[in-house]
Amino acid sequence: MDALLLQILNGLDKGSAYALIALGLTLIFGTLGVVNFAHGALFMVGAFCAVTLQHIIGLSKITIDPTKVDFLGNPAKVKTPYVVEWFGESAGMTIIDWAVPLALLFSIPVMLLIGYAMERGLIKHFYKRPHADQILVTFGLAIVIGEIVKTNFGATEIQVPAPDSLAGVSDIGAMFGMGAGQLAYPTWRIVYFFFALGIIGAIFAFLRFTTFGMVVRAGMADRETVGLLGINIDRRFTIMFAIAAVVAGLAGVMYTPIKPPSYELGMQFLVISFVVVVVGGMGSLPGAVAAGFMLGILESFASMNVVKSFFEAIYLPSIDQIIIYLVAIIVLLTRPRGLMGKAGVMEE
Amino acid sequence: MKSLAKSDKRTLLFVIFIAIAAPFLLNPFPEGSAMAQFNAGYPDLMQRFAYFGVLAIGFNILFGLTGYLSFGHAAFLGVGSYSAVWMFKLLGMNIIPGLILSVIVAGIFSLLIGYISLRRSGIYFSILTLAFAQMSFAMAYSVLTPLTNGETGLQVYADDPQVFMNENSIAVPHLFGLKMQDTFTLDIGPWAFQFNIGYYICALFLIAAFYMSLRIFRSPFGLMLRAIKTNQTRLNYTGINTRPYTLAAFVISGMYAGLAGGLMASMDPLAGAERMQWTASGEIVLMTILGGAGTLIGPVLGAGFIKYFENIFSKINETVLHGWFAFLPDGLENAIVWVLHFFVGKGWHLTLGLLFMAIVIFLPGGLMEGAQRIGNWWKNRRAKGKTSSAKTTPAE
Repeated sequence: MDALLLQILNGLDKGSAYALIALGLTLIFGTLGVVNFAHGALFMVGAFCAVTLQHIIGLSKITIDPTKVDFLGNPAKVKTPYVVEWFGESAGMTIIDWAVPLALLFSIPVMLLIGYAMERGLIKHFYKRPHADQILVTFGLAIVIGEIVKTNFGATEIQVPAPDSLAGVSDIGAMFGMGAGQLAYPTWRIVYFFFALGIIGAIFAFLRFTTFGMVVRAGMADRETVGLLGINIDRRFTIMFAIAAVVAGLAGVMYTPIKPPSYELGMQFLVISFVVVVVGGMGSLPGAVAAGFMLGILESFASMNVVKSFFEAIYLPSIDQIIIYLVAIIVLLTRPRGLMGKAGVMEE
Repeated sequence: MKSLAKSDKRTLLFVIFIAIAAPFLLNPFPEGSAMAQFNAGYPDLMQRFAYFGVLAIGFNILFGLTGYLSFGHAAFLGVGSYSAVWMFKLLGMNIIPGLILSVIVAGIFSLLIGYISLRRSGIYFSILTLAFAQMSFAMAYSVLTPLTNGETGLQVYADDPQVFMNENSIAVPHLFGLKMQDTFTLDIGPWAFQFNIGYYICALFLIAAFYMSLRIFRSPFGLMLRAIKTNQTRLNYTGINTRPYTLAAFVISGMYAGLAGGLMASMDPLAGAERMQWTASGEIVLMTILGGAGTLIGPVLGAGFIKYFENIFSKINETVLHGWFAFLPDGLENAIVWVLHFFVGKGWHLTLGLLFMAIVIFLPGGLMEGAQRIGNWWKNRRAKGKTSSAKTTPAE
C-alpha cells in the first residue's frame, strides 16, 4: 500500500510537468492550429530563467579582509552578495534562498516577450502552411534555442536548489493517518504538484469565466465567424500563444530543483509531451491534462520492481523505458482520436 | 536504361559522372595551399557523402512522394548498422552478408512499424514514428544490451566466432579481398587525388539506389504515391485503398535506410545507439528538405551539402578565423571573429538550425527550387532582352 502510494506520488510530479507542457501545446494547437515543436525549448528556457536569476542574485562584491588569510597565506577574499549588502543579512539571505520562487516572477515577463516575439516573428507566417512545414520550422527553432543556451550556459547540468524550508522531506504519511515516517516524500515535489494544479485551474478558469476566454473559446470553435463579428481574433490568439509560453516557462522554473537543467532538457520533455497530447486527444485541454498525469503515474508504476519482473515474465523487459510509447501506440490504434479528442480536429 | 526519358538519362549519367569523378571534383585545391582545408576529397568524407546520399534518396521516396513525414527514420539506420556488425561478428569481414542482412532486417522492422504507424496520417504519423524510434533508442540502451552492447557500441572482437575466417583472412571489412580502407593516391603536381575502395563501393550503391528511385519516380507506382500526396481523400473516394501503396513506400525507404546503415558499418565496423536518436532522424529530414523533397537529385545534394559543411564548419576555430580576417583593422577583426565564432566549430549545430529554419521559411523546395528560380530568372531576362514586344498573353 505504501509502495503504491509512493509510486502515485512519484508519478504526480512528473505527470504535472507533462500536463503543463501538454496543456500549452494543446492551447497553441487549438487556437492557432500550429504544431509547435519548440515548446520543449520554451520549458527549457523557463528553467534557465531560474538559473539566470540565481546567478544574478548571487552576484557578489569581493572585498579583501586583512584580518583573515587563506590557505596560501594571502589576505582572504570575502564575497558579500549585493543583496545582502543592500537588504541586510537576514533579508538578503532569504532572497538568495528563495531564488527559484522569485524566478517565477522574473520568468513571466521574459516568457511573455519570447512567446510574443516568436508568434509575431515566425509562427504567424505558418498558419496556412502544411503541418509538416510547421513541425520542421519549429524543430529548427528548437535546435537554435538549445544551441544558444548551450553557448551561454555550457553543456553540463546546473544545480538550482529549492528554498531550504521546502528542500527537505515531508512526512505525508502522517497526514493521511498513517504512522509517522511511513511515507515520506520530498516537499518540493509536492509543492510542484499543487503549483501545477493551480496553474491548470487558473488556465481553465480564465478560459471559462472571463470574456477574453470566452472569445478565445469561440475562436477555437469557429475562427472565421468570430473574425466576421469584428473581433480581432488574431491578436487574442497571439496572447494565448504568449500565455502558453508562460505556462511552459513556469513549469520549467519550478522543475529546476527536481531535475538540474541542461540544454537537452527541452528535447527530452518534448517528445513525451507530444505523446501526451496525442494520447489525450489533439485539441482537447482536459485530455492533455488527464493524459499527462496518467502517463506520469503509469511511468512510475512501470519502474516498480514487481511490475518490471511481471513484464519480464511475459517477455516485455525494461517496461519502464517504453511504457509511454507502448501506451501511445495502443491508444492511437484503438481510439484514433485519443482519449478525449473531438471529431473534426486533425482528422485528415 | 533504354526506356528512360532523355532528361532522366542525362540526370542518371550526371550522377554517375559525379560519383566516379568525385575524388577529382572534390579536391580542387592543391595540397598545402591555404584553400586546402576546403577540400573534401578524402576517403572518410566521400564515403559519408555516398551513404548519407543513399539514406536521403530512400527518405525522399517516402516523404517526397507521399508527403508522409517520418520522424523515426534513424531507427532503420541504426538497425541496419547493428545487423551488419553482427554479420561481421558471426560470419566474417566480407561486407556482402552484412549488407544483405541489414536490408532484410530493416525491411522487416519498417514493415512492422509502418503497418502500425500508417493507420494514421499527418502529424499523428510523425509522432507515431517518433515514438517508435525513441522506443527503439531506449531499448537499444537498456533491454537489448546483449544485442547492441549498450553505450559501448557494438564492435568486432578477436574472440567472436567469425565462422568463415581462418588465419589468412583479412581482419578488416572487405569485398572478396578488396579492403574498404585501401586508398590509392594519385599525385599530379601539387594535387594528391585519393581513390578509396570503400568510397567506390558506396558510390556503386549510391548509383544503384539512385537508378532505383528514378524508376520508382517514373513508374505507375510512383504516380500513385504522388496522387496520395496531392489528395488522399479523393483517391479513397475513387475506390482505391491507399494503404498498401504507402506501406510499400515506407518499407522501401526503410530498406534504403537499412542499406545506408549497413554501408556505414562496413566502412567503420562499429554501431552505436546514438545513431537512432531523434536528432539523427531530424538530420535525415533536413537533408531531404535542404536538397529539395520530391526532386530526384535534391536529396543527394542535400546530404552532401550538410555533411560537407558539417565537416568544414567543425574544423574552423577562432585561430583560423583570425587568420582570415587578419587584413582588417584589429578592432573590426576581433568583432567579426567574435560574431562568427558562435557559428563555427562547436557552434555548427546553431548554423544547422538557422539554415534549417531559413530553408523552410524562404525556400520550401530546397536547393533545387533555388536553382530553378535562378534559372528561370536568367531565362526570363534573356528572353525579355530578345523578344520583349513579341510576347503576348493569351486571354483566359
